[in-house]
Amino acid sequence: MAQKTRTTPAGTPTNVSQNHTRGGIGQSTLRPDGTLKVTGAFAYSSDMWHEDMVWGHTLRSTVAHALIDGIDISEALAVPGVHAVLTYDDLPATTKNYGLEIQDTPVLAHGRVRHHGEPVALVAADHPETARRAAAKIKVDYTELPLVTDEASALAPDAPLIHEDRDDHHAAHVPHPNIVHRQPIVRGNVEQARERADVIVTGEYTFGMQDQAFLGPESGLAVPADDGGVDLYVATQWLHSDLRQIAPVLGLPPEKVRMTLSGVGGAFGGREDISMQIHACLLALRTGRPVKMVYNRFESFFGHVHRHPATLSYEHGATKDGKLTHMKCRIVLDGGAYASASPAVVGNASSLSVGPYVVDDVDIEAIALYTNNPPCGAMRGFGAVQACFAYEAQMDRVAAELGMDPVEFRQLNAMERGAVMPTGQIVDSPAPVAELLRRVKARPLPPEQQWLAAGEAADVRALPGGLSNTTHGEGVVRGVGYAVGIKNVGFSEGFDDYSTARVRLEVINGSPVAMVHTAMAEVGQGGVTVHAQIARTELGVAQVTIHPADTRVGSAGSTSASRQTYMTGGAVKNTCEAVRARVLEIGRRKFGSYHPAWATAELLLEAGKVVTDGGEVLADLADVIEGEEIDVELEFRHRPTQAFDLVTGQGNGHVQYTFAAHRAVVEVDTELGLVKVVELATAQDVGKALNMLSVVGQIQGGTTQGLGVAVMEEIIVDPKTAKVRNPSFTDYLIPTILDTPAMPVDVLELADPHAPYGLRGVGEAPTLSSTPAVLAAIRDATGLRLNRTPVRPEHLTGNGV
Amino acid sequence: MRVNFTVNGREQQADDVWEGESLLYVLRERMGLPGSKNACEQGECGSCTVRLDGVPVCSCLVAAGQIEGREVVTVEGLADYAAHRAAARPADGCAPGACGTSIDAARRWSAHGSEGEFGSRAGGGQTGEAGELSPIQQAFIDAGAVQCGFCTPGLLVAADELLERNSEPSDADIREALSGNLCRCTGYEKILDAVRLAAARQEEAV
Ligand code: FES
Ligand code: FES
Repeated sequence: MAQKTRTTPAGTPTNVSQNHTRGGIGQSTLRPDGTLKVTGAFAYSSDMWHEDMVWGHTLRSTVAHALIDGIDISEALAVPGVHAVLTYDDLPATTKNYGLEIQDTPVLAHGRVRHHGEPVALVAADHPETARRAAAKIKVDYTELPLVTDEASALAPDAPLIHEDRDDHHAAHVPHPNIVHRQPIVRGNVEQARERADVIVTGEYTFGMQDQAFLGPESGLAVPADDGGVDLYVATQWLHSDLRQIAPVLGLPPEKVRMTLSGVGGAFGGREDISMQIHACLLALRTGRPVKMVYNRFESFFGHVHRHPATLSYEHGATKDGKLTHMKCRIVLDGGAYASASPAVVGNASSLSVGPYVVDDVDIEAIALYTNNPPCGAMRGFGAVQACFAYEAQMDRVAAELGMDPVEFRQLNAMERGAVMPTGQIVDSPAPVAELLRRVKARPLPPEQQWLAAGEAADVRALPGGLSNTTHGEGVVRGVGYAVGIKNVGFSEGFDDYSTARVRLEVINGSPVAMVHTAMAEVGQGGVTVHAQIARTELGVAQVTIHPADTRVGSAGSTSASRQTYMTGGAVKNTCEAVRARVLEIGRRKFGSYHPAWATAELLLEAGKVVTDGGEVLADLADVIEGEEIDVELEFRHRPTQAFDLVTGQGNGHVQYTFAAHRAVVEVDTELGLVKVVELATAQDVGKALNMLSVVGQIQGGTTQGLGVAVMEEIIVDPKTAKVRNPSFTDYLIPTILDTPAMPVDVLELADPHAPYGLRGVGEAPTLSSTPAVLAAIRDATGLRLNRTPVRPEHLTGNGV
Repeated sequence: MRVNFTVNGREQQADDVWEGESLLYVLRERMGLPGSKNACEQGECGSCTVRLDGVPVCSCLVAAGQIEGREVVTVEGLADYAAHRAAARPADGCAPGACGTSIDAARRWSAHGSEGEFGSRAGGGQTGEAGELSPIQQAFIDAGAVQCGFCTPGLLVAADELLERNSEPSDADIREALSGNLCRCTGYEKILDAVRLAAARQEEAV
């Protein structure tokens, strides 16, 4: 019998030894879906198939802002093989819009389009190419309207209003109807604090529009049902949020829309909003046939929201001895034509705009605009990413002004446990900011000029630009840069954030088996692995089955905000504890008379047995539960949060904070303007790693997305037409294995006393600081100012700055 | 049009194929082999990589008409392909870089794939339910190189072909060979680990 450790944090019920159960938490258990995924047998949403299915296709607007004077579908309807063509007039319910928080997004454009690529009509046909060709025959008459593309055009006195009849709950509080939401935060007195400053540094920063670029395209299958409802198999991040938006526009009660998660090929925030879900259901209900919809990559760039591009103006002051005096900032996020998650992104950008530093006097404003640009919403890092890019550039510049080492300067101002956020919230769990920086800095640097490896022929593949290079490293300079960031975990600002889990324990072929049923979207993050680990740990069983995620169990909330291991993991843990209590109750009833320990000892479930805390086996679990019905469903909530005050921004708005630091080493070919990231090291505090293999994988993946936006990723929207210019993987570049360096990861585990197992959300934090670390390294190498992402060759060769 | 070709060792025929259809579409929507993935259908991401007469290609860029009479191996047939290659390998090993399956050997396998002991074990190479995984498939699981897994089939086909050509690839070799395959989840570090692991195990086994 292994020794029991009581490492569970105060405030959460204790449980059995975390290191005892094979495949339990803390072990690098392998993915349960791994074999299916490596054999090609795993069914992603685009793999769904039904014998008499037809194919759906979306017609999208070719202009960004226009009145629709008329739509002629007659030619499209006449194409052989076409089963249906739908426009706004065919919508079956009085509810015609949907949205995450504000229902401002039309299912199909009515009367007006507000961005390039907005859905206008739908076609169902028996071959996808027939559907595409028929859609091309739909005639839409547009009268173009003046464009709103930036802050100046959005707030000009005669600016067209993107949503003229706003009645959402933010409308009354914003200074202009083209502002979705505004969050100021004021604390202390910046004017007074500025007096104490020996240096004042101001900076303007621009963050480009990034795309989630998940590989599995938006897709799914809608099957009409005999009861007039519909069964939808789809890749999403939150089944119940989709359901809440889908049912009203279909005119169906929620119980008639049954959703099952199909395989998800990545998400990163891009599946938080509805894409093809409603369209496929409409076509299925109209044609009476199963409808499959699969976006190609081109359409995918129009089918989901992007990361908000931002302009950020910052002012920092500091004393000679290196203490920050004050911070002023203004963050303008371009939300595009529809609200999506913009209000919450504003809340994050403002409340996390200071970064992980102690600054008592702040004056902060963040706004999101309505424009005719593509809608922006959730993406990994959610508002904190843009702010981190700017405040970390500022930290380097203030340190330089003071003649201090940039890491030491950060450490001098780093927050610790007990620090006060600009919102007044106390950071009441470990905040090892200085330590994370120390760790990345202490790591030995990679050898210089690796293309000249000692004793061997030059390997030009190691140069910036690789094989396609035209120089031999003469103009290559190296730089090193650091950054650190702070991110919230879970849904903030008073949102009723909960997750549901159902656990069933039964005997199958003589062995106890646990079944875990949740509606959690597994998008690749490894939640299914962790749920099985938790159930094994809590119930002492070897075998755990994970039920497919669907809407027949309560909501699990969104797979976003780094919240699923915390929330649905927490729900699985609590539900397992309730199951365990039920098992022991049954055990006492059945076997209590045989051994006095049943009445007195603290009992555990380990390795398929009921044991005393002294290690004495009382019964086989299978004997206890044989013939019994143990099936428990419970909701789990994190501690409540508050909305931020609309004037002062004060409020305990966040559940948990998480921190990561990066050191980037780059080599820049200054003649060619090419950057090679040589190494990108991360140190991150994860509270408790339930599965180290997955944790490290998440950190490396998040780090790479930050690298991407630093040097290559940007959706380019033509400022004159508001049209997207690069909706393809040919023109929107994401890092390849050649662009990605060695990524050593240093994981710290300082338990959060308020979280299940002490864990912290992992997935997002590494996306924050990797971008500013790479930028800092490029600035270090070149001496250039570089205040926008992504850095392009022309910025480095002096042609574009 | 009608197209005749061989997939994972089994003769196949597709009817009513529209001329503009890609090999990827034919595999996924007509052959019931959705293992090859449709991430971009532009030849940019490598998710749809299959071997056409032994050569890795983006199946989204191959027109259905081009596959007439040719042989295709998809991720669903990878385990059997690798098993056959291992069986065909000389017992005393071979010099680094000189090892691997010739296209002829691959053809011989293909020709016999639809019958006999091999065909039945693999379910005709159709289902992806062959009992054993190939070394590279196992290594991807063990190294944590699979997250959402959408890039995985294409990467496996490409990595398996690399290891066939080069049993001891350097990191630079691996990066070069896999540079046509995008992965949005992993950051590639664990994919490198997986290829190194498969190469090391292959080395041990020889
Ligand atoms: S799907 Fe063929 S290369 Fe992307
Ligand atoms: S794209 Fe998701 S694992 Fe590679």
